[in-house]
Amino acid sequence: MRFLLNRLIHAIFLLFGVSLLSFLLLSLAPGDYLSEMQLNPQISPETVAALRHQYNLDRPIPVRYSHWVAAAVKGDLGFSFAYNVPVTKLLSSRILNTLLLTIPATILAWIIAIAVGVISAAKQGRWEDQVASAGTTTLLITPDILIALVFLWVALRSGYFPVGGMVSVGFDELTATQKLRDITLHAAIPITILVLSIIPVLIRHVRATMIEALHSPFVRAARAHGIPRSRLLLRHVFPAAANPLVSLFGLSIANLLGVGLITEVVMSWPGMGPLLLESVQARDLYVVIGAILISAFVLQTGIFVSDLLLLACDPRIRKGAR
Amino acid sequence: MKLTLPLGLLTLIGIHLLFLFCGYIAPYDEAQQDRMAAFAPPTKVHLARSYPYIYVCAWNAHETDSGYDEDCSQKFAVHLFVNGGDSHLFGVASPGRISLFGTDGLGRDQFSRFLFGARLSLFAGILATFLALLLGTLIGMTAGFYGSFVDSTLMRFAELFLALPWIYLLLAVRAFLPLHLSPIQTFFLLVVIIGAIGWARPARLVRGIVLSGKERNFVLAAKNLGASNGYILRRHILPQVYGVVLAQAALLVPQYVLAEITLSFLGLGVGEPAASLGNLLGELQQYHVISSYWWMFLPGIALLLIFFSYFVMANALQRRLKFIAV
Repeated sequence: MRFLLNRLIHAIFLLFGVSLLSFLLLSLAPGDYLSEMQLNPQISPETVAALRHQYNLDRPIPVRYSHWVAAAVKGDLGFSFAYNVPVTKLLSSRILNTLLLTIPATILAWIIAIAVGVISAAKQGRWEDQVASAGTTTLLITPDILIALVFLWVALRSGYFPVGGMVSVGFDELTATQKLRDITLHAAIPITILVLSIIPVLIRHVRATMIEALHSPFVRAARAHGIPRSRLLLRHVFPAAANPLVSLFGLSIANLLGVGLITEVVMSWPGMGPLLLESVQARDLYVVIGAILISAFVLQTGIFVSDLLLLACDPRIRKGAR
Repeated sequence: MKLTLPLGLLTLIGIHLLFLFCGYIAPYDEAQQDRMAAFAPPTKVHLARSYPYIYVCAWNAHETDSGYDEDCSQKFAVHLFVNGGDSHLFGVASPGRISLFGTDGLGRDQFSRFLFGARLSLFAGILATFLALLLGTLIGMTAGFYGSFVDSTLMRFAELFLALPWIYLLLAVRAFLPLHLSPIQTFFLLVVIIGAIGWARPARLVRGIVLSGKERNFVLAAKNLGASNGYILRRHILPQVYGVVLAQAALLVPQYVLAEITLSFLGLGVGEPAASLGNLLGELQQYHVISSYWWMFLPGIALLLIFFSYFVMANALQRRLKFIAV
């Protein structure tokens, strides 16, 4: 329990640091959303000054930060200038759309990676392994942008998959099953892009840890006892190899969020990515900070979950933790 | 297997020289437009008995898919080592135009733009790597060598940079800086941004090596013989770090090139008319471009070859490193 508590406190401090750093950086930036407004001759300087006062932009940075933190603890991340709604409301709808892509992609990628990795470790050096490693190498050197563009091209050319957005026109009139079908069709290509982008690293790690575990003495002993090969692989070797993979799970979230941003932009998926991009361009201060904070939060949650899993599947850590 | 490292190194040097001299190798300037030849497909080079020549492509709507047809009445020879105005490696006499990768929406030669763009992206990546490794090595060595309070402060600070998904961090720092700048300013800006946020990972690696390296017997011996901290760091610790830093460089350069590409692709990097690989790929975000003009993908495919050389290099370096460690 101490172990988990330590990690939790650590994560909270980290989030606090990230918020401080991003707030500082963005507040020091030249110009804000309102300075664009000043250029507009139809808006009087008094109006801009009043708005500036209303949003606390005329106060010194430490005061603004303490105000912001006090509100953020209560779950209020500030106000979006461009959308004219609370940041929390804006982000919560977008983060759901992003999770709609990332969660299925994570599950799918891990299933495929474990299957391919275990097979190529078991058949090390044979043609199955060589095909798999050629595939992973190709995917590894291909930039995510290029993968996304190729699939955009496939989607446009084949015509089977709708391109752009999350739902079709007239979505509200569809029945529940049709709605599900519509979203699935829209999500199919982005999920494929995500899976292909994150999978090569996963496969290589699964293969490497499996090979290491296969060479340990207990495997030879088990084989000498006459345990069949498939059972040996799945019941004995894989659990022994699972440890580093569980840690990788948390870290792979970071990669996933990054690729997700590009995928969403290319496929015009209404997730966090396009929103963050727009707000960076519009200098929508609080939305940028909120989005960054949430990405850090998701990443820390991923690492925390993988710590929990590690605790559950590795007795050595449990003993050490007590 | 033994040859992988030197061969990979040679290939990489060759590629970089190619881009370094892109002004000479590219037949046209990156910004030179020809509005009469927008989205022209790659020029076909025909081989004659005496010399290779090309047909000039005349606009001929509704005839073919691309809307361009070869006009076979006029032949233009491809000359090597052209010397007219400025010199180029190859070219054809006007009004003929040779565009090996086709042209973009403004009729600019994609091949030239690829060379110029790759120069920008690659050297941005290399400079950023240099900066990140320099910072990372300095900070990592300081943290590892002095330990205790210095170490924990620096490493907590490094964790802040590792606590964010990479692209989000990149965007956050980019958001802090002015959006509209000249290409040269943007170039250096990108280098500084990428380098400044990339130091954390190499710093942690270097710190780990220094932590174990400073306990080795020859370092302890030097210390007891009265060597100063600066001397030990320079003569005994730094050489132990080189291998890892070099292997990191081969890994980081493609990653940072990709960072530049990503920012330019998202419209936050180098702006028109300067070419960058990100800009070139960014044009593919328009549906009509991506679905109709396949040659706009060619810069991306050429990019794969560059990344592949770096990949081979990084692998070879890492294998060599393991060999030394054992």
